[in-house]
Amino acid sequence: MSVQIKTIEYEPKRQTFGHVARRLGADKPASRYLEATLDVQPTVNFHYKPQWEPEFWHFDARKTAVVMEDWYKPLDPRQFYYATYNIARANMNQSVERSFAFADERGLIAKLSDDARSQIEHGLLPLRHLHWGANMNMTEICQRGYGTAVTAPCIFSAMDHLGMAQIVSRIGLALDGQTGVSLDMAKETWLNNPAWQGVRKLIEDSFVERDWFQLFVAQTLAVNGVILDLVYKHADAAWQEAGVTVAMLTEFMTDWRAEESRWSDSVIKTVAAESPENKALVSQWAKLWIDRAVEAAKPLSASLLGDNGAVAEAAGEATRKRALSLGLAL
Amino acid sequence: MTAKKLGLKQRYAHMTRGLDWETTYQPMDKVFPYDQFEGIKIKDWSAWEDPFRLTMDAYWKFQAEKERKLYAVLDAFAQNNGQASVSDGRYINTLKLFLTGVSPLEYQAHRGFAFTGRHLRGAGPRVAAQMQSLDELRHVQTQIHTISQYNKYFDGLSEFPHMHDRVWYLSVPKSFFDDARAAGPFEFMIAIGFAFEYVLTNLLFVPFMSGAAYNGDMSTVTFGFSAQSDESRHMTLGIEVIKFLLEQHPDNLPIVQKWVDKWFWRGFRVLGLVAMMMDYMLPKKVMSWKEAWEIYFTEGGGSLFQDLARYGIKVPKYADVATEAAEHISHQNWAVFYQYTHAAGFHTWMPDREHLDWLSEKYPNTFDKYYRPRWEMWAQAEKEGKRFYNMALPQLCQVCQIPMAYTEPGDPTTICFRETQFKGETYHFCSDGCKDIFDDEPEKYAQSWLPVHQIFQGNCGGPTVPDVLNWYRMNNGADNMDYAGSPDEKLWNEWHAKAAEAAG
Repeated sequence: MSVQIKTIEYEPKRQTFGHVARRLGADKPASRYLEATLDVQPTVNFHYKPQWEPEFWHFDARKTAVVMEDWYKPLDPRQFYYATYNIARANMNQSVERSFAFADERGLIAKLSDDARSQIEHGLLPLRHLHWGANMNMTEICQRGYGTAVTAPCIFSAMDHLGMAQIVSRIGLALDGQTGVSLDMAKETWLNNPAWQGVRKLIEDSFVERDWFQLFVAQTLAVNGVILDLVYKHADAAWQEAGVTVAMLTEFMTDWRAEESRWSDSVIKTVAAESPENKALVSQWAKLWIDRAVEAAKPLSASLLGDNGAVAEAAGEATRKRALSLGLAL
Repeated sequence: MTAKKLGLKQRYAHMTRGLDWETTYQPMDKVFPYDQFEGIKIKDWSAWEDPFRLTMDAYWKFQAEKERKLYAVLDAFAQNNGQASVSDGRYINTLKLFLTGVSPLEYQAHRGFAFTGRHLRGAGPRVAAQMQSLDELRHVQTQIHTISQYNKYFDGLSEFPHMHDRVWYLSVPKSFFDDARAAGPFEFMIAIGFAFEYVLTNLLFVPFMSGAAYNGDMSTVTFGFSAQSDESRHMTLGIEVIKFLLEQHPDNLPIVQKWVDKWFWRGFRVLGLVAMMMDYMLPKKVMSWKEAWEIYFTEGGGSLFQDLARYGIKVPKYADVATEAAEHISHQNWAVFYQYTHAAGFHTWMPDREHLDWLSEKYPNTFDKYYRPRWEMWAQAEKEGKRFYNMALPQLCQVCQIPMAYTEPGDPTTICFRETQFKGETYHFCSDGCKDIFDDEPEKYAQSWLPVHQIFQGNCGGPTVPDVLNWYRMNNGADNMDYAGSPDEKLWNEWHAKAAEAAG
């Protein structure tokens, strides 16, 4: 038995937009992701050269040395458009709220030893500034990059980093009884403590990188792979008895990293696979920035874990392996 | 120990503003290379008061909630074939104008605010600009989804990005935004954040969304409601920016005033398309362009500029000319599209009797005297099988890129022409406003990609109308020409015959 509601038939004339159909190879129904992404960026017949960079148009594929026949090849495996992105983050953030509430109820932060506190202040809280730097980089790639397929997820990523900087800030505020003192101290550490200066120099150097795809490789592969993974993934021992609490309060970062790297890795893989020239360039950039990130991370790893930089090296090795798996030659 | 609770302001400040730092391994001027050349002086970036204090957790939560509701409506709209329930098949033409002319601007705004969101030196305005960048991406993407259902049934929507980059009248909005994107970060903030989002949004966004509401377009109006809170945030950012610049240094005033004058006039010219939409394209009218101009510019803008007077800002130059032109522009624009219907990506028509009477009533000073006789003459010619097409390519204004069809201020029977010499060439303008803009930055505006010049230079697919239409991907006989006899009209009539039959 089935129930059928009678309606007037409306026969569609076409299933999707012309540019989407041409890319799909046929006029067939297209996902919301594809309709909201494909060919959305203007490509030709611009009117005025930017006063701030007259050598290029504001949308100009020449702002990176890699060349793609089509910048809509590197699609987002997560199929994020604005709605799905926000809904995904709102869901992730519900767990953040639960974790902070739980930690608060159980007095998990209040009970911490001075040692554990000072380790978190020294090793975790300054990361908020690294996220802020990452936010600047992803925003830069969004504005300088080419093709909505790559640039739209970059503004998502930029806002993710801002959100993560704010989660780190909340951990600090929980530590210092909402006074902000720990955040001021963390900023001081970020600016002056020798353990962090390599990382700060690394991110400041990335701010002046003009090739947006090189910046993409530097940020998503090297900085995220070496520095963020070092602190969020491999530094449990540094937090002493607070290991589980930190893991719980930074769960967002762990989930985010697993999710975002699916996208950023696939972009790098697709761009490198385009041509031997791209592969050579991307490989060279990956090697350069991973090496620099490892050097930057060593003093941090030594200071956090007393390991003489071994964990930073290991994070670097894992990142190099990841780069190889994306088809790069280091 | 009792935890001291931070106030909202302090919490936000800690969570966001304390994040930035003075770089030392790279010079700040290299990290922020673009925020000096415009001559704007900022003494203290930290004086920026973020009006929203929106942390990302709150942003995601609010926006996700709005998106869930919006997409539920879009799904229901599609399931119930809402496209068949709008006031009339003609209404879809406003969506064609919107998707080809306005949605791509949302995209440009997304990228432009990413630029200022990276390159303004202060953390506060940077975060605000980034959020606006994200919101603008929302707007273009949700607009595409909203209108996607109409695209399945009606012509003229299917090639919107291709058309935006090529079609003659779409170079008007496109060049407007290219102009802002090519400017420095402060000018962009004044152009888009202040002039466009604050001063003129009620004359762009609101008329389209109210038009949707009046004409039974559930899908678009739901987007409009959903975007309202974003828009009010953007307006607030626009007003904050101008006040901040003016408070920072007295030397900023003349620069900002020049931008206000320029972007008022640029915006006013783009809005001519909205004027025409309101007066001619909406089957159920919301209000006339002249009424909208009185409410939103003369009154609303008047009190805004009164408020800004304490900073020394004056009402934009040529605001009086724009107000006088409110009696004319919608009619003059519709006349252009009617004559060039063969090259328009939407349908045209001559107003019927009831519509003519409405226009007479709304424009008592001008309509009967200057425009009604022309419409009646053209309607008569149609009846006699001699519908008027203008097959000559029009001269375009070098700045706004609109065909030279506007009349002299105070003299609606004389076309307004202005010209200027630059490097041995003569450049032509529709108005003093556009000429002033050119004269101030001739190197910039001499570059304009003028569609008519490009056609004559052989860059647009060929010399004949079908060649150019083909290059536009404009489906001749479906996307263009009059509504009467169009596939859209045929489809609409079939649906309504079926519905009438089903109703018995």
